Amino acid sequence: MTTPRDPSRRHFLRVAVSAGGALVIGLGGRHAAAAESSLPSELIGDELMRLGPFVMIERDNRVVIGARACEVGQGVRTSGPMLVAEELDVDWSQVRVIQLGYGYDEVDGRPDDRYGAQSGGLPADAARDWSDLRMAGARARALLLRSAADVWQVPVESLRTQSGYVIDGSDRRLSYGALARSAASLQPADAVTLKEPADFRLVGKPARTSDAADIVRGRTRYASDEFLTGMLVAVVARCPHPGGTLEGADEAAARKVPGVRDVVRFDGSASGVSPLAPLAAGIAVLADTTWAALEARARLAPTWKPAEATSESSARLVARAHERLDGEDAGLVVRKDGDLAASRKRARHQVKARYELPFLAHAMLEAPAVAVELRQDGAVVIAAVQDPDATSRLVSDLTGLPRGAIDIRLPRGGGSFGRRLANDFVAEAIIIAKLAGKPVRLMWTQADDLGHDFLRPLSVHALSATLDRGNRIAGWSHDCAGTPRNDRGKSQDSVPAWDGCLDADAFPAGLVAHFEQHFHPLDSTLPRGAWRATADTAQAFATQCFIDEIAFEVRRDAVALRLELLGEARVVGANGGAPGLDTARMASVLKRCAEAIQWNSRRRDGRGVGIACHAWAGGCVAHAFETAMDGDRLRIERAVCVIDAGRVVNPLGLEGEVAAATVDGIATALHLAITTRDGQVQQRNLQDYRIMAMAQAPARVEVHIVESASDPVPAGDLAFNSVAPALANAIFATTTVRVRKLPLMPELLRML
Amino acid sequence: MQDNPETRAALPVLPARALPAGTLQLTINGKPFYHRGDPAMPLVWYLRDTLRLTGTKFACEGGCSGACTVLVDGKASASCRLAMLDAAGHAITTIEGLDANGLHPVQQAWIELDVIQCGYCQAGQIMAAVALVERTPNPAESDIAAIGNLCRCGTYPHIRAAILRASELVRARKP
Repeated sequence: MTTPRDPSRRHFLRVAVSAGGALVIGLGGRHAAAAESSLPSELIGDELMRLGPFVMIERDNRVVIGARACEVGQGVRTSGPMLVAEELDVDWSQVRVIQLGYGYDEVDGRPDDRYGAQSGGLPADAARDWSDLRMAGARARALLLRSAADVWQVPVESLRTQSGYVIDGSDRRLSYGALARSAASLQPADAVTLKEPADFRLVGKPARTSDAADIVRGRTRYASDEFLTGMLVAVVARCPHPGGTLEGADEAAARKVPGVRDVVRFDGSASGVSPLAPLAAGIAVLADTTWAALEARARLAPTWKPAEATSESSARLVARAHERLDGEDAGLVVRKDGDLAASRKRARHQVKARYELPFLAHAMLEAPAVAVELRQDGAVVIAAVQDPDATSRLVSDLTGLPRGAIDIRLPRGGGSFGRRLANDFVAEAIIIAKLAGKPVRLMWTQADDLGHDFLRPLSVHALSATLDRGNRIAGWSHDCAGTPRNDRGKSQDSVPAWDGCLDADAFPAGLVAHFEQHFHPLDSTLPRGAWRATADTAQAFATQCFIDEIAFEVRRDAVALRLELLGEARVVGANGGAPGLDTARMASVLKRCAEAIQWNSRRRDGRGVGIACHAWAGGCVAHAFETAMDGDRLRIERAVCVIDAGRVVNPLGLEGEVAAATVDGIATALHLAITTRDGQVQQRNLQDYRIMAMAQAPARVEVHIVESASDPVPAGDLAFNSVAPALANAIFATTTVRVRKLPLMPELLRML
Repeated sequence: MQDNPETRAALPVLPARALPAGTLQLTINGKPFYHRGDPAMPLVWYLRDTLRLTGTKFACEGGCSGACTVLVDGKASASCRLAMLDAAGHAITTIEGLDANGLHPVQQAWIELDVIQCGYCQAGQIMAAVALVERTPNPAESDIAAIGNLCRCGTYPHIRAAILRASELVRARKP
């Protein structure tokens, strides 16, 4: 029995039956309207009773549950409502899921998120869903129980629930639908009881994507599919030089294209200023149709003025990184345990290696799109964003409207991988809509996004290890030179410089007595940002490749060496709310992965096996690949992933997400890099930045999910980390060539 | 299906002289449409902006992602690379027109095997799969591998399994 605090109770208190017996019992006028607009059309007009912010119940016992976070492929539109339904105690077949908008609200004049945090992609989100979405379901169930107790005049303790019914000791039943109206008028209790996991009927059982039937019919509307009344389509030409400005453009030529209504200009933001602004200066064409806007943009022939002459290139950044790592300056101390210098003196053996990671783009298949309508008294913003709280503040800043008057709707987003945590495209859309004085749908193309993205930082990692007489790892140093993630905004000062490149608590920190990490920040004018688990994508590659190199050097088994490092069962590195590394869970995931790939059976006929593991945000993952060379192609014969992502809400969704993240990891590790020259991104479209197609993907990813009672972790981002090092290790086992630079294939082919 | 000659024959074709000069006629999901605008406009914008059939997505503008895949006389084609002039006279099927009442076996298999992640590429993937299983009800691995549609999330293993499942359903459907 647990009674965690939850933020949505206040909103229960404000639930009240309206005097006229309104159909949707809402949270005040404008909210009721917003709630109604997101209802499935076949339910509009039906009698729906609202029980708290997430639950509505129909008289015929159908249940509508709201999904609070923006669905971008992480499965939250299914797993979130499952948690509510579990504690509400209804069958999944009774449930219709609707997408909620951003729930800005005010209590005593202070901002107060009606649905709790709605980011739905950050490490803490899955754990928060686990606690407060279950609580929301339990609160609604408690009201229904009390309402039945009132009807039957029996103590509430004598009642139970099942599949949408309240049942008493003599098997009398009342449906939730029959009780909902009176339940909605009750005051919610402070404390409610949550189910014991052993009693779960939905959580932990496979459920299919809640809106799959709409998606396969092409009925789901993404932001790019929205049509607002009187709307123009906007397409923007953006300055290719970071911080540069527009010099001139042939507006007249653009205006001649039939269907073009307006051309407007706006400024960009310089590196180091607020991210709540467009990333680049631009000139927007507004037209009746997307085609007219695209055609007109092609005629603009804009000229741009760089902020300063820059010869920045990714090749130079890498060269500079190596210089820093070779230099005398030790850089910023990230972590220092024990006495590494002394350990080096005593060392029997020392191993060193360097690893390079490129910039990466998000390359979402649906480039950013935003539909905006600004009025005197309010605004509608339709955009797939993963930080809607920041979106709301941004729109309020740019329009002067109070946040409560801004209706932010969250359609499905065609991918994110961290891109939709930024709001630069929303800022553009608002500015353009203001200048045009009309509703606007801003459309980015994929080329726009590749050229104006917040890139995964570039970094070079120098690792060295000292080994004692028994060839055990006694000392470890990890020096990194990279472009820090936070290159703009206030957060620049509030997070350490190595954020996004290096993780002070990642494996094997805390497991090696003499341990140091240093960081050398590299200046770059290119925007950087969140990209899946960001720092850990680099951290895992460098560390897990390096352990394999050590094992090879001293002729030890690569799995045994990792298990030795993990040592006895304990949790290390738990601080400041970070969950830390549970060595027992990590060891068990690694062992299971080794078993699944048959690590101990020797491969002949040219095949090789590689393995890697990583811990992130309280979850553990291991990957193993069996590979073979097929001419100049790498054939992936088997792909195995073992994952402990905490409590599993929806095993079917988790399996799909982990398999997909593995495929994404393979594609990225083998082929993808953003390179720059003269301060500009060189990859112009998907022909230059080749997402893997079916022919190169493994036929199957064998996903093993480990049962766990820990807090849930975003599984796709966790799984991604161990793919690249496991592949590099497999390539070494297959070819005896050690590739230390991502992407692997161009480097492997160069070295072979 | 749109490549069925009987369906095509049944379409009301207006006599050529009844159309103003420069009018393009094409069939979309079994119904005739007439386009008098820019003949160079790619079909994807006619579908999305003019007809508001937004199930067909757009991604790369270069025919490389397959997000905009539709059937042209039963063959999978990138609608971002097909000018209205070239689409004229052909029968186009979009995701909305696959099965007006129920689900095509491919759609059914997609739900059954829970293929979807972000979902954005899936209409195009489904159209490519329909073109394949309608012509090759027993597709080989190489036939499936030849589908070039991109999925940024990486759902390929699930797509492959769903195509095999759909081909079973298609074979079962045929007497």
